[in-house]
Amino acid sequence: MSWQTFSIMRFEILLSLMILYQLVADLSEKENKRMVVNATIFIFGIITLIGFLPSEDSSLFGSMYITDGLRVLLKNILNVSTLIILLQSAVWLGKEENHSKTGPFYLLIFSTLIGMYFMISAGDFLMLYLGLELATLPLTILAAFDKKLRRSAEAGIKLMMSSAVSSAILLFGVSLMYGIYGTLHFAEMTLLQDSSALSILSLVFFISGLGFKLSLVPFHLWTADVYEGSPLPVTTYFSVVSKGAALFTLMLVLYRVFGDQPRVWSLTAYFLSITTMVVGNLFALRQQNLKRFLAFSSITQAGFMMLGFVNPDALGMNTIIYFMLIYSLSNLAVFGVLSIVINATGKETMDDFNGFYSTNPRLSLVLLLALFSLAGIPPVAGFFGKFFLFTAAAAKGMYILVFIAVLNATLSLYYYLLVVKAMFINKNESPIPYLPVSGYEKVALSLCFAGIVLIGFLSIIFDYVQAMVNLTSL
Amino acid sequence: MIMNPLLPLLFVPFLTIVGIALVKDISSVRWVSAVGMGTQLIFAFILLYLFYKERNAGNTDSMLFVSSTMWYESFNIHLKFGVDGISVAMILLTAIVTFAGIFASWQVEYLTKEFFISLIILAGGVFGFFISLDLFTMFLFYELAVIPMYLLIGIWGSGPKEYSAMKLTLMLMGGSALLLVGMLGIYFNSAPDGGQLTFDLTEIAKVHIPYAAQMFFFPFTFIGFGVLGALFPFHTWSPDGHASAPTAVSMLHAGVLMKLGGYGCFRVAMYLLPEAAHSLAWIFIILTGIGVVYGAFGAIWQKDLKYINAYSSVSHCGLVLFALLMMNETATTGAILQMISHGLMTALFFALIGMIYGRTHTRMINEMGGLMKVIPFLSVVYVIAGLASLGLPGLSGFVAEMTIFVGSFQHTDTFHRVATIVACSSIVITAVYILRVVGTLLLGPITNNHYLELKDAQWFEKISTVTLVTSIAIIGLTPFWISTLIHEPLAQMIQHLIP
Repeated sequence: MSWQTFSIMRFEILLSLMILYQLVADLSEKENKRMVVNATIFIFGIITLIGFLPSEDSSLFGSMYITDGLRVLLKNILNVSTLIILLQSAVWLGKEENHSKTGPFYLLIFSTLIGMYFMISAGDFLMLYLGLELATLPLTILAAFDKKLRRSAEAGIKLMMSSAVSSAILLFGVSLMYGIYGTLHFAEMTLLQDSSALSILSLVFFISGLGFKLSLVPFHLWTADVYEGSPLPVTTYFSVVSKGAALFTLMLVLYRVFGDQPRVWSLTAYFLSITTMVVGNLFALRQQNLKRFLAFSSITQAGFMMLGFVNPDALGMNTIIYFMLIYSLSNLAVFGVLSIVINATGKETMDDFNGFYSTNPRLSLVLLLALFSLAGIPPVAGFFGKFFLFTAAAAKGMYILVFIAVLNATLSLYYYLLVVKAMFINKNESPIPYLPVSGYEKVALSLCFAGIVLIGFLSIIFDYVQAMVNLTSL
Repeated sequence: MIMNPLLPLLFVPFLTIVGIALVKDISSVRWVSAVGMGTQLIFAFILLYLFYKERNAGNTDSMLFVSSTMWYESFNIHLKFGVDGISVAMILLTAIVTFAGIFASWQVEYLTKEFFISLIILAGGVFGFFISLDLFTMFLFYELAVIPMYLLIGIWGSGPKEYSAMKLTLMLMGGSALLLVGMLGIYFNSAPDGGQLTFDLTEIAKVHIPYAAQMFFFPFTFIGFGVLGALFPFHTWSPDGHASAPTAVSMLHAGVLMKLGGYGCFRVAMYLLPEAAHSLAWIFIILTGIGVVYGAFGAIWQKDLKYINAYSSVSHCGLVLFALLMMNETATTGAILQMISHGLMTALFFALIGMIYGRTHTRMINEMGGLMKVIPFLSVVYVIAGLASLGLPGLSGFVAEMTIFVGSFQHTDTFHRVATIVACSSIVITAVYILRVVGTLLLGPITNNHYLELKDAQWFEKISTVTLVTSIAIIGLTPFWISTLIHEPLAQMIQHLIP
């Protein structure tokens, strides 16, 4: 393996080494688990940093594997999110009863991450499918990780079933494409234009397959139960990294492979966006359990993401990536605070947060800003993310869609404010006591906080995303 | 080169917030806020001085002190600030009301630090809004000013505060949903000849947006701002919100934030979409006409002092929009005067109501009586505020309403004449509810012996009320300096509006 190959595939190679390390480290004594956690976070931190080193555009294996500036950026976003999740999960893994889970947890997380890298870097549908399976199957084990809890087992089974079905649907779509184009290679497919009914059908199947992973309505039914049943770090992983990978893959395929015939998929995105936003919102309104609440909130956010797909130009792609970046950080901050609370007290309903501000003012402030960011309130980053998404949709004259979306944003503000109300306004005789925050959690929350506050003001980040999108074609 | 006088207006609130966050005890929090907003007031006057100086030096640019920095290049979003006479007047109003508001909330004990921080975020949003010349930053500051209201009402409010806070926030955010669509519509039509799209207000004003687009987006924009300006029938957040809000928040909200609505309707909706404004004005004239009379009648039926004032705000703010829609120079001058006058007056009312409530622990007028004998200072100020509200010559209300109705009557067609006469009737109704309150509340026998022990205004309450009363009297006695201040931009904008 030459140095050049390493630099092209550095994400995958480094992560494979990491997986090897996990296999070895799992042999260590129980007492040394703490050290494994520290070492893993440290090494993954370095891997994340290496990801930011400059790279060149290239492809391998007969261009089944592609890398370029844009894909590196997408992987970096996933890496940063995963790093934050690792930081947040350290306390959970440090618990006595979870010692035996440390090795498998890391092993599975990194396996899925490798799968997601391959999804993003795929140069044809075979590679994409391979990555997708690698990314999905370990997740079902992760969902069932609290094996003594019934709901966790239920989450695992549910996820397993729905992933299998969605894979089947996606594969069916891909096989139709093969029938039409005679190839599964992205580069060759872009050259062949086809807008027959069959190709539309194949795209619909493909979008539906990934729609399961993105939890778009009507493919969302697994989401709430799985989010609720899984251990919190896994839920976080679902709602941020797994969703991000699915979104990026869908985006790359639609914009890059089928970019010349956007008429088909932008209309699909139009309707998926509306149903997802509306249904997600309506279900989120009445949730008491915060994990379910966040499940529906993340469905709604997926609806907003689909808004970007209405614009098949580069602008749509920019805004989708930018929104996903901001959504990741905001959601990670929310989950970060939630995980501190759940780890210490096991409480996860909204009423438990009554009077939270009186005992934990700093955590409340982080949660407040993160929720505002999800709701799209200035001056935090979410406002910019949403505004640009709306701009992208409006650029195609979809004002009615934008209006529906903004109304939904207002509606979502209602339930985000319910959490704010619980923390700041509601009185409580015995609020959650003051919670000490560990060093790792502090780092994780500070990263998210800095991102939420600063990203909107630093236009350079959006410009960077734009530059990456404009640089690369396929 | 001298520093741009607009920048302190943004930095002072920011530094004040940082200062409040750093200090520990309650009294330092109060003093830091007071000093911060006092500085802000001084900077507002410096701005006024420099503005006059520039104008007298012969600078005839429509916007002064313009500074523009590229922010988001791909959307052509600038951080562009600049002021004309109208914005200067609004900034002065905001600075005065905020300053008075800080002193009116001197006695907030619960989570004092957070209270003042939220209050100053609100004020900072308003300042930012009035100096913005870019639709995007304008919108950003608009939402920034609205969102602290939720916490301010929800935490420190009274009565059904959670309901009111949620209702207010959601209705205003719903308004901003309409506004956002309108803004994006304006943005994407800002270069019909294929040039670069822009959010820049002054640039868009030079462009002719296609008539069809104007007709489509004008209602979005106008109603979007109108919700904040208590446009009938989107005013329902206002009475509940004001009644539940703590004193300073009611002051700032009715005094300043509702003016954002009127200002936005004029500067964005009507100024940028003039033809649609002409075609659709009649609908909104009817709505605002109803609002003016309905608000006044609403106030008559209320027993709670804050509700009375809230409905009267609906009526007065309706009058602002009504006058703006008349689209001639006299009426719009009146509208701007009314914004300022109502801002000061209603802030004074809410401050007084807060002070009276702090003493008597009730806001129901029929439970109180004879307050003139026990708290003469506050009572006299209340009477002054009341007289200003019903338009007594010599106080600010008269100047404003007189100008509005003279201006409206300049239209010679039946529709405008009838609308004007209907709106005029609100003056009489206003007199009814103001005098009724003054009669029962202040005059007559003392209904409750407990009231005999009440103490009159304390020093901080005097600072708050005297600041406002002085401002009202100054505008009432010498309205000309404000008229000259706003005359030039208005003349230019009206020119633009008349096809």
